[in-house]
Amino acid sequence: MTERVLHTFESRFLQIVDESGNADDESLMHSISDDLIKKAFESIVMARTFNGRALNLQREGRIGTYASLYGQEASQIGSALAIEKDDWVVPSFREMGVYLTLGYPIWLLLRYWAGDERGMKVPEGLNILPVCVPVGSQIPHATGVAWAMKLKGHNTAAVCYFGDGGSSRGDFHEALNMAGVFKLPAVFICQNNQWAISVPRKRQTAAETISQRAFSYGFDGIQVDGNDVFAVYKATRDALEKARRGEGPTLIECFTYRLDDHTTADDASRYRSAEEVEEWKKKEPLIRLRLLMEKRGLWTQGYEDDVTEKARVLVDEAIIKAEEYPPPEPRDIILYTNAEPTPRQLKELDRLGWTR
Amino acid sequence: MDKMNMVQAINMALRQEMARDDDVVVLGEDVGRDGGVFRVTDGLIEEFGPDRVIDTPLSELGIVGSAVGMAVYGLRPVVEIQFMAFIYEAIEQVYSHATRMRTRSRGRFGCPIVIRTPYGLGIKGPELHSDSAEAIFCHMPGIKVVVPSTPYNAKGLLASAIRDPDPVVFMEPARLYRAIKTAVPEDEYSIDLGRAEVFQEGKDMTVIAWGSMLHAAVEAADGFDAEVIDLMTLKPFDEETILASVRKTGRVVIVHEATKYCGLGAEIAAFLAEEAIMHLNGPILRVTAPDGVVPMAMLEDLYMPTSKRIRKAYEEVMRY
Ligand SMILES: Cc1ncc(C[n+]2csc(CCOP(=O)(O)OP(=O)(O)O)c2C)c(N)n1
Ligand SMILES: [Mg+2]
Repeated sequence: MTERVLHTFESRFLQIVDESGNADDESLMHSISDDLIKKAFESIVMARTFNGRALNLQREGRIGTYASLYGQEASQIGSALAIEKDDWVVPSFREMGVYLTLGYPIWLLLRYWAGDERGMKVPEGLNILPVCVPVGSQIPHATGVAWAMKLKGHNTAAVCYFGDGGSSRGDFHEALNMAGVFKLPAVFICQNNQWAISVPRKRQTAAETISQRAFSYGFDGIQVDGNDVFAVYKATRDALEKARRGEGPTLIECFTYRLDDHTTADDASRYRSAEEVEEWKKKEPLIRLRLLMEKRGLWTQGYEDDVTEKARVLVDEAIIKAEEYPPPEPRDIILYTNAEPTPRQLKELDRLGWTR
Repeated sequence: MDKMNMVQAINMALRQEMARDDDVVVLGEDVGRDGGVFRVTDGLIEEFGPDRVIDTPLSELGIVGSAVGMAVYGLRPVVEIQFMAFIYEAIEQVYSHATRMRTRSRGRFGCPIVIRTPYGLGIKGPELHSDSAEAIFCHMPGIKVVVPSTPYNAKGLLASAIRDPDPVVFMEPARLYRAIKTAVPEDEYSIDLGRAEVFQEGKDMTVIAWGSMLHAAVEAADGFDAEVIDLMTLKPFDEETILASVRKTGRVVIVHEATKYCGLGAEIAAFLAEEAIMHLNGPILRVTAPDGVVPMAMLEDLYMPTSKRIRKAYEEVMRY
């Protein structure tokens, strides 16, 4: 009989800034400039401001169902800050922090959540796909985008976002498996926010971490403290550099928490305790970022008030712009289906009395 | 001009389109070294290399899903699904993404994918090797569904499908792959999508068929003055050609291999009821598979519309 260990694998975890705002290993902070720290802070404030206003707008009936990003700002902004202009982003539906950080027009996001597809007419020059609603089904698109980049010889990468729930779908397996086989320049970011609506993370996989699943696809996975914006930034930047060097994909699991209900149509108190939420609130990303910045002389209350006010003004202006925008044309239902309308579609337009 | 079979004609179309446009890539299971289980992609890997003729893992969802990403980024992927029934796993990628990307992004992103797949009875394959799933796709807004019936139109239709800016499901009648040869010009040519062809003119009835059923419908027409229309593009189908013929004949028989219930024949019949009822002498008849699961080899002749069953419909429609 021969029995031997063929393989063992390492399951890594990265945190740079702990909950008290201490960067134990200062060397990890070396590549992180004061400018980047401030940019991270300002982007998180922006995302949180947008998010808060969106939730209010929903309550007032001014937009439809909305999925809050509260608690996940570090995962979204840390990764988005590492993305370069020619990289492509394949998001799910909760990544408003990513859209905002990449410079997506705020008013368009509001149009989208109000039920206007034109909000996802991604402006030229921005390489992010529209919101994807079927959970996990966007993951293969990132594989395809990365594949096309590789075939075209572009020195860029595709970044994909999905949740812990999304990681259970066949799409996750097929997309990561193919990306591994063809060593594609893709970075798969799982925001493990501990819940898929009411289903806890443990119901998604018996594996101890989601990141370790990369091992079975032949590439690296890493779990990062998803509430530490710099850990997420570093992991994403490293993965992107590796992808651009032609060394294949990476799976990053951002260990974070969804502090709000799943969406505005959900009531999370039905399935999780207030104590659990309170515990996680203590770890939310802005608290430690403030502490870190204070130690470095980068934070004052006045600065934060200033940043918050600026964000508020931008969002307010966007709300006005979004709400003043004329409604979509009925013909849009038909005219965007194909590059050229079919004869029957044209007849239908006429029959319905919708201008062509 | 050489005569060739449909496998050769499709192969030539792929070769010419790949030579014409560097963005065309072929991907699927066994399409590279093996040249495809039906040899449709034979020799492409030698000519265009493994980056453009890609042997993928066994992963239909992954293949179609990554083709969506490729297409959005600017490639023109031509996917082969080894047998039509194996596309079911990837239907979400077609229905939820490929067909919606243009609408969802209000035109910023298109999704020019071709999904080639052999379909239909007559190859005595294992279970789930003979499905005709056209109706599932015809129901989807934002897609085209194309079925060639001869080597000549296979080449021209595939060229158009690959150049089309939107997703196309290209269903290849497996039974016809090597069954017939026609003259196929070496030169590039294309046949417009959305156009049907009057395959055989006639005055007494209009017969609408496609793929391998076209040939059964023609065979059955011996002794009848039947006008046989080869639909070629199932979605969007050519309403004008059908209407012109029906106005002339007043009688309609639709033949397809798939089951009747919500089959494409139902849509064509409903369309004619809306647009041409005053021209009809009697009921529109459909010759289709019975409402049961596609059987294996021993029963497949009973399932498939044969020329004998089609003849009976012709006789019946002529009573009006
Ligand atoms: C394929 C699919 N199934 C179910 C749903 C309904 N749904 C929307 S979000 C969600 C949970 C997603 O959980 P996760 O992937 O962890 O992402 P999160 O919501 O936590 O960001 C479900 C079940 C859906 N949108 N798509
Ligand atoms: Mg989740």
